[in-house]
Amino acid sequence: MPNCQETLKELELFLDSELPNVRIEEIMAHLTGCTDCQGAFEFHAELRTIVRVKAKRDHLPEGFSDRLLACFEPQSE
Amino acid sequence: MSAKEQFTTDAMQYASQLFSTALRMTRNRLDAEDLVQETYIKGWRSFHTFQEGTNLRAWLFRIMTNTYINKYNAQKRKGTEVELDDVEELFLYKRLGSIDQSQLSSSAEDQMLDLFTDDEVKNALESLPEDFRIPVLLSDVDGFSYKEISEMLEIPIGTVMSRLHRGRKAMQKMLYEYARERGLIVEPVTVERTGE
Repeated sequence: MPNCQETLKELELFLDSELPNVRIEEIMAHLTGCTDCQGAFEFHAELRTIVRVKAKRDHLPEGFSDRLLACFEPQSE
Repeated sequence: MSAKEQFTTDAMQYASQLFSTALRMTRNRLDAEDLVQETYIKGWRSFHTFQEGTNLRAWLFRIMTNTYINKYNAQKRKGTEVELDDVEELFLYKRLGSIDQSQLSSSAEDQMLDLFTDDEVKNALESLPEDFRIPVLLSDVDGFSYKEISEMLEIPIGTVMSRLHRGRKAMQKMLYEYARERGLIVEPVTVERTGE
């Protein structure tokens, strides 16, 4: 099982879903028994959610969808 | 429905995601509109090269990213690398993670959500230098994998990872500054004990 240092080193890969399953299980096993690392992982997972949600709240400008649809007209080809 | 009609319908459902990312890339509403429009025109023109059953969303984002880089990013051509200040590991967590949550917000569930406004998150992303901003946007906002980002930007996966790592830390530092400016976080004060 990875120690705290090894676990925290893989925090980003873990949250990016870029770790092989076997490594995910090892990390999960460490987190189950370590509240410190668990806190760090939860914090960063929450931060990711916030960034994803808040950075996407933009309204399409009025009439923009129509202008985009016009891109698909034959004259645009 | 013809294949082209299907393509139009499928492509249009990503308009809002593309526009948000275009806004963060260009940091300018008019340029973002142009960029998304150009993406759709290019997509439509090269529709015949799109293989049905492959990822249309990734395909459109790739077109948009390339268009942006070619059109707005002169730095890549010049080969100038912008560096970021080194930020310590777990920067934000070390400052916010251990704060008594009751100090931050009256809401028990949304402390972190309340801590940063939409504009602060957007500004923090937009403040990143381009080399870091684009990978962070494609990963954190749009959820693309390292491999997909590496293909879109034509850089090695290791470079994607290091730019994400440094870009995210710089963004955390920026978020921390915003929270501090608004007085949401009080820097811990070390009080010297006087003769006990």
